Amino acid sequence: MSIPDSYDEMPTPQTSVLAATPVRRKRWTERVPVIKELRQSVGLQRGMLITGLVITLLFVVIAVFAPLIAPYTWAQQQTADGHSFGTQQAPNALNLLGTTVSGFDVFSRVIWGAQTALLVIIAAIVCSIFIGIALGLISGYFGGWLDRLLVVVADAIYAFPSLLLAIVMSIVISRGQSTLGGGIMATAIAITVVFVPQYFRVIRSEVVRVRAEPFVDSAKVIGVPTTRILLRHVLRNSTRSLPVIITLNASEALLTLAGLGFLGFGIEATAAAEWGYDLNRAVGDVTSGIWWTSVFPGVAIVLVVLGVTLVGESLNDLADPRLRLRRRAGGRKKIAAATEGAKACDALSDRRESK
Amino acid sequence: MRCAERPEGVEVSAAEKNRMPADLAPAVAEIRDLKVVFATDDEPVEAIKGITLSAYAGEVLAIVGESGSGKTVTANTLLGLLPETATTSGAVIVRGRAGDETDIVHADHARMRRMRGRDAAMVFQEPSTALNPVYTVGWQIAEGIRAHANVSKKEARARAIDIMQRVGIPDAATRVDDYPHQFSGGQKQRIVIAMALVLDAGLIIADEPTTALDVTVQAEILDLLRTARDEFGATIVLITHNMGVVADLADRVIVMYQGDIVEEAPVRELFANPREEYTKKLLAAVPHVGQGKSADGPSSRRSAPRSGGGGDPVAERAQRDEAPEGSLIVASGAEIGYPGRFGRHAVVAVKGVDFHVGPGEVVGLVGESGSGKTTIGRAVVGLTTVLGGSLTVLGQEMRGVKPRTLTPLRPQVGFVFQDPATSFNPLLSIAECIAEPLIVHGRASGLQAARPRVNELLDAVRLPTSFGDRYPHELSGGQRQRASLARALALDPKLLIADEPTSALDVSVQATVLELFVQLQAELGFASLFISHDLAVIDAVSDRIIVLQQGRIQEQGTTAQVLGDPRDPYTRELLAALPVPDPVAQAERRAQWEAVRRH
Repeated sequence: MSIPDSYDEMPTPQTSVLAATPVRRKRWTERVPVIKELRQSVGLQRGMLITGLVITLLFVVIAVFAPLIAPYTWAQQQTADGHSFGTQQAPNALNLLGTTVSGFDVFSRVIWGAQTALLVIIAAIVCSIFIGIALGLISGYFGGWLDRLLVVVADAIYAFPSLLLAIVMSIVISRGQSTLGGGIMATAIAITVVFVPQYFRVIRSEVVRVRAEPFVDSAKVIGVPTTRILLRHVLRNSTRSLPVIITLNASEALLTLAGLGFLGFGIEATAAAEWGYDLNRAVGDVTSGIWWTSVFPGVAIVLVVLGVTLVGESLNDLADPRLRLRRRAGGRKKIAAATEGAKACDALSDRRESK
Repeated sequence: MRCAERPEGVEVSAAEKNRMPADLAPAVAEIRDLKVVFATDDEPVEAIKGITLSAYAGEVLAIVGESGSGKTVTANTLLGLLPETATTSGAVIVRGRAGDETDIVHADHARMRRMRGRDAAMVFQEPSTALNPVYTVGWQIAEGIRAHANVSKKEARARAIDIMQRVGIPDAATRVDDYPHQFSGGQKQRIVIAMALVLDAGLIIADEPTTALDVTVQAEILDLLRTARDEFGATIVLITHNMGVVADLADRVIVMYQGDIVEEAPVRELFANPREEYTKKLLAAVPHVGQGKSADGPSSRRSAPRSGGGGDPVAERAQRDEAPEGSLIVASGAEIGYPGRFGRHAVVAVKGVDFHVGPGEVVGLVGESGSGKTTIGRAVVGLTTVLGGSLTVLGQEMRGVKPRTLTPLRPQVGFVFQDPATSFNPLLSIAECIAEPLIVHGRASGLQAARPRVNELLDAVRLPTSFGDRYPHELSGGQRQRASLARALALDPKLLIADEPTSALDVSVQATVLELFVQLQAELGFASLFISHDLAVIDAVSDRIIVLQQGRIQEQGTTAQVLGDPRDPYTRELLAALPVPDPVAQAERRAQWEAVRRH
């Protein structure tokens, strides 16, 4: 509590003093996107994030190990020794969750469906992220007529319902129905058309912000070539909000896939298991009291979307210091930082900066 | 007064009673053993470490300190404006004019709302954000009146007009219906002060009330605050980092350092006889007009012989505005601005200037906001466009120049930016940032090859070479600005543009950076265009001064001549408005300034 006896140190400690104290390097747990937020989080936000992560991890594990978990393949209508399942069977020892109207095992199809979903999510994100980032970077940094054109195109794509666009794309690409690989790619590309504008807009707005930062001016003044400015100085500082959009888009990709499948533009039942298609086939069953064909694929969709969205939303909240909950200093209560606090915190941020 | 010596408990000790003014009236604001802790993502930060202070009726109590000293947190505590992340302990008491007390730490919302505005009011740093842009100023003043008293709209409006007149808004009866954007920055600050005065608040907390304003406007606002004390009888708690402002306005001063009170004394005593070492250093670090290069006398105006020619002939030539042979920057009738887009007209920020920067000389470019000084600096490196006239940099005409043409010129021109926090790429280490110009211009193949030169540069700016491996946020502001200087000097430029390099720094840090700049300039002999709004800073570094006002040069000449014997009325006003960190001298200057203003 007492003030130091000597004032050899001005508020900014002397350089020699600072040089002697090593800087604490951040551990990897404080740098990797999702894990960093997990450590930071507290209270309800932590609960949401953990729930989301558990569901998402479970989904990924099931998808990866589907061949080991599922008792049958997605298109099997009889056991290996030739014993037929029968159609629309209620859950029993042979078919844990019953069979569909086509005589497929519901449990196996739900498990294999996870794999299809994961592949589509990955393919859709990989396809759209590179195009979106490249366009956003160029458009945001150079501005001018190209920027205006791209923004108008992106807005125009927004104006269409995304599912309609995806249907058109899937018809163009695969004439509606196709095999596992082709079907997944067709769906992924259909989703890409919808997602590219999202990545484009987010990256563009970040680039427009970063472009005005003095360090970009300073690179220009030094004479750094434009491509180097773009990659080294602008792009690396513009990817802040990507993890959030990736997770939110992942859930949207899954919903679009299921929607396409439900409307009959997805993947053929014999090519791969797909939850949306199964729901489509289960429509007739519902009225006749056959609940197992619709409930399980439906629950699978809801759970995965819920899990991924929870992760995305929590990341979004945690990325914003004004929404992030913190532990109260010295107490057990948790509080959210108020906006007006920013001014009063100037002393703090100075100190945090000089650390 | 050192808090550490204070006995535990909150009773007022005998020693403290002696210190109180003779009338022994209870303090208007009283803080006892206040501690404020903020929750952060890391460890909790103790911003205030148990301070005790009182402000008495009718005085101006200045709280000074550098960033991180806790002065703003103290001010915000007085109005209960701390964020939710803060935990407060101790007692903070505000006494209204009617004699009722409010304990800020424990008061509920309703009680706080009654207290705010009526007993204590706040004047913020940035007047443009303190007023709501979608309501007229009259409405905003009336809103405060009607929140605390049951008066009719008509009555509230009349009182709003009356108070606007009293704070010096001309033609208040019609301007009461204007929106904030229709007022200048100084007028907006007057209106914010009017909002504090209209409720007759006994306590006005002014948090850096003039930091966002130009120096001539600052003088007027300080004058208004003095009126608030003398005519309205308000107690003012003034939060500032500017020693000149303290000397001008304060009655009593509290010096804070890292959340603690270092020293508390009447203003004259503090400046004449600072007791604590820290206060002495802080006062010594404040730059003074007349103690820099202008004090060297006319014989050494242009002491550097390498600049070609000795004292007087050069000085005279400079005044005649003729560029000597080999000048690095020559501007003649240069118009600089922002070209219009899509059929809009171009914005001309600099309207035809003639000046030059000779080899090895430091030219200070001084002016208030909007004078075009930064625009000129940026035009020299091609960041703003020369629209008319001619601007020649190192023999290259900048009017209509293509960025590609400038590439060979880049190594010869360095640029130091205003804010060291944002002029470094946060994802690159300091060494990578300093090596960037070396790599880009082919002086080094990669970071490894550039490292010896980087270490040499770090050494030149008095930074340990190990700092190269740190990231920009791991350095303090002053260190970052030194690293920025190292980056600008990496290619051994002939010309260095420094755009307000010290305005984002604390005074003590500013002093070391300026000293370093002067030393490096003497060693390396580069020419420099030094841009600043602060005449005292310019005085410390420049050989010659150019005074700009609204895109036009008002006066240029040697430092000694411009600061010692200004010929232009605007320069005279600038000089007179600048408060000096000495209460006795400032009292005289204030009288002078009032005389200048009456002209």
